[in-house]
Amino acid sequence: MDLTPDDVRDVVRALDSSGLDELHLELADLTLTVRREGAAGWTAEHRVLREPALEGSAEPAVAAEPERARAALPDGTVAVHPPLLGTFYRAPAPGAPPFVDVGDAVDEETVIGIVETMKMMTSVHAGVRGTVVEFRTGNGEFADADAVLLVVEPAGETP
Amino acid sequence: MRIRRLLVANRGEIAARVIRTCARLGIESVLAASDADLDSLPARCADRVVRLGPAPAAQSYLDPAAVVRAAVVVGADAVHPGYGFLSENPALATACDEAGIVFVGPTVASLHAVGDKLTARSHAVAAGLPVVPGGEAADLAAAQAVAAEVGYPLLVKAVGGGGGRGMKLVRSAEELPGTLALAVSEAAAAFGDARVYLERYVASGRHVEVQVLGDGVSAVALGDRDCSVQRRYQKLFEEAPAPAIPDHVHADMAAAALALAAHLGYRGLGTVELLYDRDRQTFSFLEMNARIQVEHPVTEMVTGLDLVAEQIAVAEGLPLRLRQEDITLTGHAVECRINAEDWADDFRPAPGRIERVVLPAGDGIRVDTHVQGGSVVPPHYDSLLAKLVVHGTDRADALARARAALELLRIDGVVTTAPMHRALLDDDEFAAGGVDTAFFERFLADRRQPAGVS
Repeated sequence: MDLTPDDVRDVVRALDSSGLDELHLELADLTLTVRREGAAGWTAEHRVLREPALEGSAEPAVAAEPERARAALPDGTVAVHPPLLGTFYRAPAPGAPPFVDVGDAVDEETVIGIVETMKMMTSVHAGVRGTVVEFRTGNGEFADADAVLLVVEPAGETP
Repeated sequence: MRIRRLLVANRGEIAARVIRTCARLGIESVLAASDADLDSLPARCADRVVRLGPAPAAQSYLDPAAVVRAAVVVGADAVHPGYGFLSENPALATACDEAGIVFVGPTVASLHAVGDKLTARSHAVAAGLPVVPGGEAADLAAAQAVAAEVGYPLLVKAVGGGGGRGMKLVRSAEELPGTLALAVSEAAAAFGDARVYLERYVASGRHVEVQVLGDGVSAVALGDRDCSVQRRYQKLFEEAPAPAIPDHVHADMAAAALALAAHLGYRGLGTVELLYDRDRQTFSFLEMNARIQVEHPVTEMVTGLDLVAEQIAVAEGLPLRLRQEDITLTGHAVECRINAEDWADDFRPAPGRIERVVLPAGDGIRVDTHVQGGSVVPPHYDSLLAKLVVHGTDRADALARARAALELLRIDGVVTTAPMHRALLDDDEFAAGGVDTAFFERFLADRRQPAGVS
């Protein structure tokens, strides 16, 4: 059983006419705190405690974390992480050539891929000058914020 | 046919919204949830939950076969598709028809008629609606011919696009070949349909839309909404009725929307999107959305109707329960979309764990949300957390009440766009009413002055 906005509004009306400033309700399936916030109005903090009634025994698939995205880096190489967690794409559009591939030279500003988070696309920059030696996250794979997308062998100090 | 068990094939606040109406109508609700949503607030509110598939939408909410399979497994006699995802995809409606399951939406024929933007445009013309000058661009020569008629700047739009997706601005003839080629390849990749068409770009236009409800025989218009406050074609704030429009134009827009609904023999909820020219006080047809909209609560506030209940009734095959003369609009309603985004950092998305949710409550206030303390906002889907909907006696009253309500709203744990709405509601141009779709970018640019945003 859930409370609707209309239910909450009725509680507010009842409190308003009673002169009370706060009501706290605890039921098996939900908790509700309605509070008068001075002259500004009322607030409601509502939590549904009821557990979802899941059909069958279907266990959610546990997202398999690609092992290679966590493996140690070869000495002297640099990992490129996503700017925020999301789905990693290596190309600007399906079927298009990838932004970069193994063996390509990159610099700090080179776009090496796109991360899609909440339907918004963010470019991923290499952030380092050097050569791509390995991809650790595949096209279309989900990447946590600390995942390694690709590995770059930095260029020497000479500019 | 009376619907007794309904599969909600969506997530987020609209899933919670549909479940609420099911509970009120005595319909058993079964939520089809991806792995990321099995423990969501809608999952806790639904009578039952069935697993739809893995978190990525392509393998769950966007898979028609998975949705129909879930409906069959739980013995649902209807599917509500919400908005987005498969709501306007004829493949789901067709699969439901074949499985003998009611699709809570328009007929497959209507979905085809309005889903293809060029077909929708020709239906609008046939129904007598004014359209923005433009036409199909099958190749560069055809595009140049159309461009010569409509002039620059113009928009290249994907036939399979809509809702702001698949549009590109062309400022001059020199830009046309390059932008056209890019638009064609992007349309092919994004929509599986490479066709594009051109439309005149209206610089100072407002996005106004009319809500219609049809039973396949007749239709009623349920007032209009203004959704001009947008960033990159994504709506941020909506209101009903559309402000600063003469009464006779409101009436003409409603009549135009009804003419299109009648022409289509439309059944279900639909929204006729119009481009309103501020200077000329005229409107043109843009597209029709064959689903319930995110912003439907502002219409519910001013009409007193439950649009989901009406949608379910016509899906059951019942005739309209409303006559046009029964519909009266009372006061003014506004909606602030509270998204998990940091507007101070270029609207950077902010998925994460919600710690606490405290919402304003009372007369004329409604918050539609899918989060509570402990909820996880996954990165796989859109960023909408909650819709703050406020009803007032008139626009000024609604805005004042919305300002007060925003001060009380508290969503801890992720960054939200609530501060953006506070700034918006304090803006003089916005408060005056009737801003165009370019307003919000100007508003943002003004705030990027050295003082910065806080």
